[in-house]
Amino acid sequence: MKPRTMFEKIWDAHVIHEEPGKPSLLYIDLHLVHEVTSPQAFEGLRLAGRRVRRPDLTFATMDHNVPTADRFNVKDPISRQQMETLTKNCEEFGITLADLNSPDQGIVHVIGPELGLTLPGKTIVCGDSHTSTHGAFGALAFGIGTSEVEHVLATQCLQQAKPKTLEVHVKGELPFGVSAKDLILAIIAKFGTDFATGYVIEYTGEAIRKLTMEERMTVCNMSIEAGARAGLIAPDETTFAYLKGRRYAPQGEDFLRAVERWKQLCTDPGATYDHRVEIDASEIAPQVTWGTSPGMGTDITGTVPHPDSFPTAAQRKAAQDALAYMGLTPGTPMTEIKIDRVFIGSCTNGRIEDLRRAAEVAKGRRVAPHVHAMVVPGSQAVKQQAEQEGLHLIFQEAGFEWRDSGCSMCLAMNPDVLQEGERCASTSNRNFEGRQGRGGRTHLVSPEMAAAAAIAGHFVDVREWKREGVNKEVLQ
Amino acid sequence: MKPFVVHTGIAAPLDRVNVDTDAIIPKQFLKRIERTGFGQFLFYEWRFNADGSPIESFVLNQPKYAGATVLLARNNFGCGSSREHAPWALLDYGFRAIIAPSFADIFYNNCFKNGILPIKLSEEQVQELFSRAESRDNYQLTIDLQEQVITDDAGLSYPFEVDAYRRYCLLNGLDDIGITLQYEDKIAAYEAKRETFV
Ligand code: SF4
Repeated sequence: MKPRTMFEKIWDAHVIHEEPGKPSLLYIDLHLVHEVTSPQAFEGLRLAGRRVRRPDLTFATMDHNVPTADRFNVKDPISRQQMETLTKNCEEFGITLADLNSPDQGIVHVIGPELGLTLPGKTIVCGDSHTSTHGAFGALAFGIGTSEVEHVLATQCLQQAKPKTLEVHVKGELPFGVSAKDLILAIIAKFGTDFATGYVIEYTGEAIRKLTMEERMTVCNMSIEAGARAGLIAPDETTFAYLKGRRYAPQGEDFLRAVERWKQLCTDPGATYDHRVEIDASEIAPQVTWGTSPGMGTDITGTVPHPDSFPTAAQRKAAQDALAYMGLTPGTPMTEIKIDRVFIGSCTNGRIEDLRRAAEVAKGRRVAPHVHAMVVPGSQAVKQQAEQEGLHLIFQEAGFEWRDSGCSMCLAMNPDVLQEGERCASTSNRNFEGRQGRGGRTHLVSPEMAAAAAIAGHFVDVREWKREGVNKEVLQ
Repeated sequence: MKPFVVHTGIAAPLDRVNVDTDAIIPKQFLKRIERTGFGQFLFYEWRFNADGSPIESFVLNQPKYAGATVLLARNNFGCGSSREHAPWALLDYGFRAIIAPSFADIFYNNCFKNGILPIKLSEEQVQELFSRAESRDNYQLTIDLQEQVITDDAGLSYPFEVDAYRRYCLLNGLDDIGITLQYEDKIAAYEAKRETFV
């Protein structure tokens, strides 16, 4: 048999029907559902008199609208209506729902892996673009629109044109104090926000093999910010160790058999990708974005660029618009940018390891007086774990607010919103205009960089802090 | 779904790259549970001041583009979230076609599923359309999906490419679910042999 990439193996195993000139019909193993992109899909089913074909392969939660301060007190009537609608729809169609009362509730892309619903070799879809997160396990996972949500509910299949494959090879090793978030931000800054459009990325190389599962999820999560349909990382011992014993993962003998099969998923030697790029992890520094697109970022040691420094007229205009919106002057060192807010959380960086890394920086320090900082765990399980480890106390003593789980200020559909002109160091994935609130200014960073910025009141090179050790006061 | 065969309408030029779905429909308006009524919120933060008054300089607020149904756009249009509210808002506002040098993937797909035709042209061609739309009043384009060509009344004629299957569905207003359910036997056969733990 011709050598195949991991993507091709998963794809081939799920094709139900193929015909030249038409999209393929793919079987979907797991459909994750949340309250924002599903109501119109259920409405469509009802209007057509259709049922959910496989409620057992469908799992729902509420995350986008959930208040993180007083979670049962949903003040916004329309938010409440969306959540109530999801509850009703799940009851009517027999779908398991992790609602606000459930210890399983959390951001859809955090709980899938936590519960062991996300497994290597699966096809996974959700009406949310960051579904690419699940690719960290070697699952083919992508975001779909509401029409497709309805389609999957009704048929458990999806019509898909076959994407092309792109290898992003990351050689070397991430230096001290540089995180997976910096890696993916650096990839996007280097190759652009649409370099992977039409492709499924497979991340390979030494640096990727060394990442933990949580770090791999951070990388795959932001594949969509490079335009990719999905991101994939081959499953290995790190993956299997993470999955072992998870609630919905195979158990006992079944697990061992599954591992044997999962090992077969890796790209065959000699298989070729449609395109390939390479980056050296050892050259990456902590990243901060300065603009309104995730590709508009630079090293913490850098400066706000001058629009004239870009090669094309369109890029110069985009940079000019971005700087005007962000209220930044070209040439300003990134470390001199003062911030008002800090948000640590989201499906990019709201997992337990992210909170540990932020806590390590926050420990024994104080949030700058003018900064309002908050930590929002990605799920109730993350929250509980963090509290067992005492991380919440570290954060609270440092002056961070400790919240309940949800998407929160990643997209500000709940009450966590930036005010006009406020500048935020955020561990989320999008710095689009207005994403965190009208007129709000978002700088994307890693959890440790966000924590350090909260304390200093401006961006700082967290590598220096980490070298100084956690307890030594390094502020002037 | 409303079929798309031939459409003629005013073209409005939106001169920005990387227009994301948050800009197309800001998230505070996503909470409706219906598919319609989103057009009033299209490009909200570019269209309106904080007090709700229109921002006159914004392209859709300029009288010469009133009633526009064809949107001219720049690279990577529709990037960001997968929300289908973005094409719903564009459609509800009245847009039937979007012309740009490139589109984000999910958005591009979502357009077809909602009866909007996204058309990729070269940067030079898009620039030419921008120039014409900006320099003339009431500049109209005719988009013929049957013939796959865009024309204006001043002799411009740009052929365009579109996936044959997508074109077929759009010309006929076909619903994807109905098409898939024709394969019920194959789906059932697949389910019968599917292993539970993959
Ligand atoms: S945390 Fe942000 S990116 Fe992730 S699912 Fe929620 S809103 Fe989307």
